[in-house]
Amino acid sequence: MTTTTAPTSHAGADDHAADHAPAEHEQSFFMKYLWSTDHKVIGFQYMITGLLMAIIGGYMAYGFRMQLAWPGEWIPGVGFLSSQQYNAYVTTHGTVMIFWFAMPVLIAAFGNWLIPLMTGCDDMAFPRINRLSYQVFFVSALVLLASFFVDGGAFGGAWTAYPPLSAKATMNLTPLGSTLWVVAVALEFVAFLLGGINFITTSMNARAPGMTMMRIPIVVWTIVVASILFMVSVGPLVAGAAMLVLDQQVGTHFYDPGHGGDPILWQHLFWFFGHPEVYVVLLPAMGVCAEIITCNARKKFFGYQTFLYTLFATGIISFFVWAHHQFVAGIDPRMANIFTITTLIISIPIAEMIFLYIATLAGGQIRLNVPMLWALSFLAEFLLGGVTGIFLGASGSDIYFHDTYFVIAHFHYTFVPIAVIACFAGFTHWIPKMTGRMMNETIGKLHFWTTIVGFNLVFLPLFITGMWGDHRRIYNYQHFPDLSTQAMQDLRIASTVGLLIMIAAQGFFVWNLVWTWKKGPPAGNNPWRGTTLEWQTTSPPGHGNFHPMPTVHRGPYEYSVPGAAEDFIPQNQPPA
Amino acid sequence: MISTAVEQVSTFAKDIDFLILLIGGLVGFWFLVAEGVLFFLVFKYRAKEGGKAAYLDGTDPKHTRFISWPHRLILLCDVVIVVFAVKVWVEVKQTMPEPDQIVRVVAQQWSWSFQHPGPDNQLDTPDDIKTLDELHVVVGQTVQFQLVSPDVIHSFSVPVFRLKQDVIPGRVIKGWFKTTQTGSYDIQCAEICGIGHGAMVARIVIEQPERYAEWVASHATLAAALPAAPAPKQ
Repeated sequence: MTTTTAPTSHAGADDHAADHAPAEHEQSFFMKYLWSTDHKVIGFQYMITGLLMAIIGGYMAYGFRMQLAWPGEWIPGVGFLSSQQYNAYVTTHGTVMIFWFAMPVLIAAFGNWLIPLMTGCDDMAFPRINRLSYQVFFVSALVLLASFFVDGGAFGGAWTAYPPLSAKATMNLTPLGSTLWVVAVALEFVAFLLGGINFITTSMNARAPGMTMMRIPIVVWTIVVASILFMVSVGPLVAGAAMLVLDQQVGTHFYDPGHGGDPILWQHLFWFFGHPEVYVVLLPAMGVCAEIITCNARKKFFGYQTFLYTLFATGIISFFVWAHHQFVAGIDPRMANIFTITTLIISIPIAEMIFLYIATLAGGQIRLNVPMLWALSFLAEFLLGGVTGIFLGASGSDIYFHDTYFVIAHFHYTFVPIAVIACFAGFTHWIPKMTGRMMNETIGKLHFWTTIVGFNLVFLPLFITGMWGDHRRIYNYQHFPDLSTQAMQDLRIASTVGLLIMIAAQGFFVWNLVWTWKKGPPAGNNPWRGTTLEWQTTSPPGHGNFHPMPTVHRGPYEYSVPGAAEDFIPQNQPPA
Repeated sequence: MISTAVEQVSTFAKDIDFLILLIGGLVGFWFLVAEGVLFFLVFKYRAKEGGKAAYLDGTDPKHTRFISWPHRLILLCDVVIVVFAVKVWVEVKQTMPEPDQIVRVVAQQWSWSFQHPGPDNQLDTPDDIKTLDELHVVVGQTVQFQLVSPDVIHSFSVPVFRLKQDVIPGRVIKGWFKTTQTGSYDIQCAEICGIGHGAMVARIVIEQPERYAEWVASHATLAAALPAAPAPKQ
């Protein structure tokens, strides 16, 4: 590890004593942007790394979807895709999008940007741990990408990495790639444990005076609960990963049935983490949308406390549903009945959450600006992902749907709203605060509509191919007589065309970034007329965030209060 | 829905399709209601010049009933779904009808091999018929399958039966199906198992008893011409 000591000559930069003057000394580019302990800069580091990793994950998706639409053809920018490469692409796509895109953007980037600013704090509780978190994360990304350049290539056993396939080089044919995959994932967990410690400590111990528990903005709550879920669930998987590396490289037999091991053990360890992980990324996305929807509907959040109860309920129940991934995996069939019940129970707090969001819109004055369009589309699209999950959580129908494209369509209707839509919602909402410049609304709307059309065109056909029997992770359906009909191939081509639209749509996003960089108009402190604390300081916030530090006098969503002069009352405005 | 594209060839295919239709109806209703209300509210309460939003905190029972009643109704839907899902699950996975025939299915990287009981209808006897990538069964018979794998996890999936079961190395996993019509259909591997996973296909041939007997007889003469194989170990 290269990051154990901080240069002592700049130790003053870490000093966030209350008397620290706003006019801090000039820092070198390296110290200011690459080796920073400032939560805002670390948030940018996570955001930029996450978006770059999304490009890599998207490139993988482009490669395998082209292969599926036109099997065996030469793919522009990729070449011919062998079945070994196909498996590596599918595996890396899943791993990257969840661990190196959804998590860094939704938890780490938004958590870093928002928690100190929204709770009225000058920085994270542990700024150097925060810096270390990003650095470990960066190393983990390099380790993962390195696996493409080692002997045998990248791991191709799916992001779930079920042994014995993942444990034995003679079976997966990637002797180094599979180990690098496990090491990269484990390092990534270390990074998020360090980050999670910071998020929880800062939100619980370092809030501004008057920021009581029931005045904390929803997005802060959701990131804290997500961090707790992550920290509680990740331990078993880290233990599992250690056993997997030992099986791979040392010759132990934890997962080897030929020598008394058990491959199902890994599945339990993986999914005991893997299902709470879904909520680890979902909850911050819900939080981001709560902020945007209240602000742009000019409404108080409908049932703030009810939301918190549904949030805690979701978090707790999420630990009791994991085996619904394993209904047909050879577990005792009686177990499936219990997990069907728990899985359907978790639909209740989630449905209630969605109802609260919809109810928040009633009676509002809804501004359909770009962040609001993204946030509303999150609700509309996530609903489809949510309801299709019932088919898979019900054991009887999962016998048919398990490991088909129906599953793929279902979880992309949850993960794309989470990772892509909520990411853009939060990005467009807070970038004026973080950079001091407004983005372009017209280009933003073009980006929104093209992305949404492309996204639905990718995944709606996959519900149908899944119902018609397409299984996952098949690199060429022409081998299967029942699956090589023209109608099914047409649907696969439609899906690939949707992906091409979705990828092309991101050109608008890049254009908007360049436009904002070159000629974005100044945002001012509070362009959206928001109530929460981050809007009550300068854009971008200076070192130490607030001068003077704020005191909180009211709840987070005091919009359209009767009798008030403005349609919003900032949290730090003293009572009249 | 599914049966228009994928035939129903096992006795429980109809039950699973009914369950899927039932869930589709219930969740489809809630999906349409929620989307309808969402779009309606966005349209109705779009920002207007000089307009002022309402100030509601969502604690008044007059307002919260719009949340609590759907909440209770969803709980009721969940109960209905659980009852039907468990009923189907118990039928397919937790019961084992008396089989007319037992076959062994060996999934390995990257092929399916099948061990049929042969003329004496007993597994692990010298007259067993072993085939590669082709499973023969008699229409209308209850077949018990025993899934084994010597290497990694595979999954025995027959979409026309609506049946899927992972194959775990080190275990013998038993299950059953009863066919309802003749024909020839895909058996697919549904769990990633290495570079050949995308080509791990077999066919199941469902025949009338006479055709099946002919097929068995043709293999019996073949087996008689070959030296006796050693009895397989289990």
